[in-house]
Amino acid sequence: MEKQHINRMWMGRRQKQQLVAAFILVLPAVVYLLAFILGPIFYSFNLSFKDHNLLNPDVSKYIWLDNYFTLFQDPLFKKALMNTFHFSIVVVPIQTVIALFLAVAANQKIKGKTFFRIAYYLPSITSSVAIATIFMFLFNRNGIANKFLSMFGFEPVSWFANPSYALPLIMIMAIWASVGVNMIIYLAGLQDISDSLYEAAKMDGASPFQQFRNITFPLLKEKTFFVVIIGFIGTFQVFDQAYIISKGQGGPLDSTMTVVLYLYNKAFSENQAGYASAAAFVLFSIIFLLTLMQKKFFGQDTSNY
Amino acid sequence: MGEKHSESTGREHFLKIIFYAATIGFALITLLPFVWSLYASLRPAGDVFKFNIDIRHLSFDNFLEMAQVFPIGRWYMNSIIVAVVVTAGNLYINAMAGYALARINFPGRTLLFYVVLGVMMIPGQVTMVPLYILLSNLGWVNTLWGLSIPFLFSSFNTFLMRQFFLALPSSVEEAAEIDGLSALGIFFRMAMPLAKAPLVTLVILTFTGNWNSFLWPSLLGSKREIFTLPVGLSSLSNQYFSFPNQVMAGAMYLTIPMVILFIIFQRYFINGLANSGNKE
Repeated sequence: MEKQHINRMWMGRRQKQQLVAAFILVLPAVVYLLAFILGPIFYSFNLSFKDHNLLNPDVSKYIWLDNYFTLFQDPLFKKALMNTFHFSIVVVPIQTVIALFLAVAANQKIKGKTFFRIAYYLPSITSSVAIATIFMFLFNRNGIANKFLSMFGFEPVSWFANPSYALPLIMIMAIWASVGVNMIIYLAGLQDISDSLYEAAKMDGASPFQQFRNITFPLLKEKTFFVVIIGFIGTFQVFDQAYIISKGQGGPLDSTMTVVLYLYNKAFSENQAGYASAAAFVLFSIIFLLTLMQKKFFGQDTSNY
Repeated sequence: MGEKHSESTGREHFLKIIFYAATIGFALITLLPFVWSLYASLRPAGDVFKFNIDIRHLSFDNFLEMAQVFPIGRWYMNSIIVAVVVTAGNLYINAMAGYALARINFPGRTLLFYVVLGVMMIPGQVTMVPLYILLSNLGWVNTLWGLSIPFLFSSFNTFLMRQFFLALPSSVEEAAEIDGLSALGIFFRMAMPLAKAPLVTLVILTFTGNWNSFLWPSLLGSKREIFTLPVGLSSLSNQYFSFPNQVMAGAMYLTIPMVILFIIFQRYFINGLANSGNKE
């Protein structure tokens, strides 16, 4: 009896101590969530229904859905949406396919793995600002890229000064920078696939392509989901490269205006905080919808992402 | 497997050649831009658009000149201070929260977990405007406080740490309790050392992300004394647009430290990247 009593007292103290510890451990995170994430989200949602000028916050007033209506009537916003969609829809599939192909290639017994690793992942750790300045040099009218392309009969173009080539240039940068990371994700997946599956397939006379189609690709489904969804979420937020090559203007002729650049300029050049918040929520809705669509498409087994 | 027929070995050889060509080809595609711009950064202005290899006129003049015209040392300091503070903050705050979420039963735990999961889906741009208003009210615009303090927590990293701590065996706490460690003691003395692998990942991702981040520092720093290296490079490249050799020297100032860190800690970087996959 005595012993049980002491035990219960000890348990009670232990539990209290645990609660205190939990409180201390989560306190900073909770403060951050409230002050720098949840608070601002609600504030921003509220702002999106207001006419709120950053320089003149005292005259802020509710205009309800007007910001959203104006947004969808603004040809520049439509252009920004189109550019961003265009960017994503080109970049994500291409970088995914290249990453998958290279992962399969590098997963064979290839010599010099360390060298290839360093080479492939170098762009992933390089600042997008540095990448943009480097590419502006390489893709200068007199630059090495045009020189190289001229060997195949292409006329030299001014990539970032020409409205037809500026966005493709940003696409090239993005693909170049992301293939390495996506490839490592695929490689990790490939290493989990048992060799015995391939051996069995070989016994059945399956060609390398059939092995890829019937073993590799289905077993990498989750990785593909991850790479594609992260790719869409990331590309939808494209900003740095567009900002650098257009000096923040989204030019030439708005060809590099992206959704984030648009809302950045609206908020901080034109001080329209309410309007920019509405744009931010449109961006959020698109990203959210994409996530749901991808989930549906790839099934429920990937819900932990 | 001695009895492979020649048709399939022939095909395998062919595949092997294609795979080698692809891996080497892509390595050239990733490396050449670095090599060519490094080369350009060492060349005099008149040579940058020549396609020859000429090492006679190479020098560090562009690097020296950029360091005279721009406060590069100051930008380095700013970048390092911000990246170190943000990384250290993330290291503790996310590990602490992740541990409590995984290992301690406390009221509100489920709610907190769902909040962490939920905010992971929300892009940073949604909080950009209010955060700017908040920081300007605090007087943190154009200060290093504004660049670092709001970013010491990440829901993604908290989630990663929770997943890691969830997988630890309960014998960890049982052994520690016998040794008389308090719950906080268990976290700092047992759990943290056990979490070395995910923490290294967290440190590398946070440091790299922060070192390279551009949007927020460009928004918050309008004075050049407060620029981080990416913001500095952006203004440098606008001003020296017609001198690609000097702009490339600027780009190398930003790139080379990261490349050196990457080569030294290669293995950790790659594990880290494999776990995350988001560069943007």
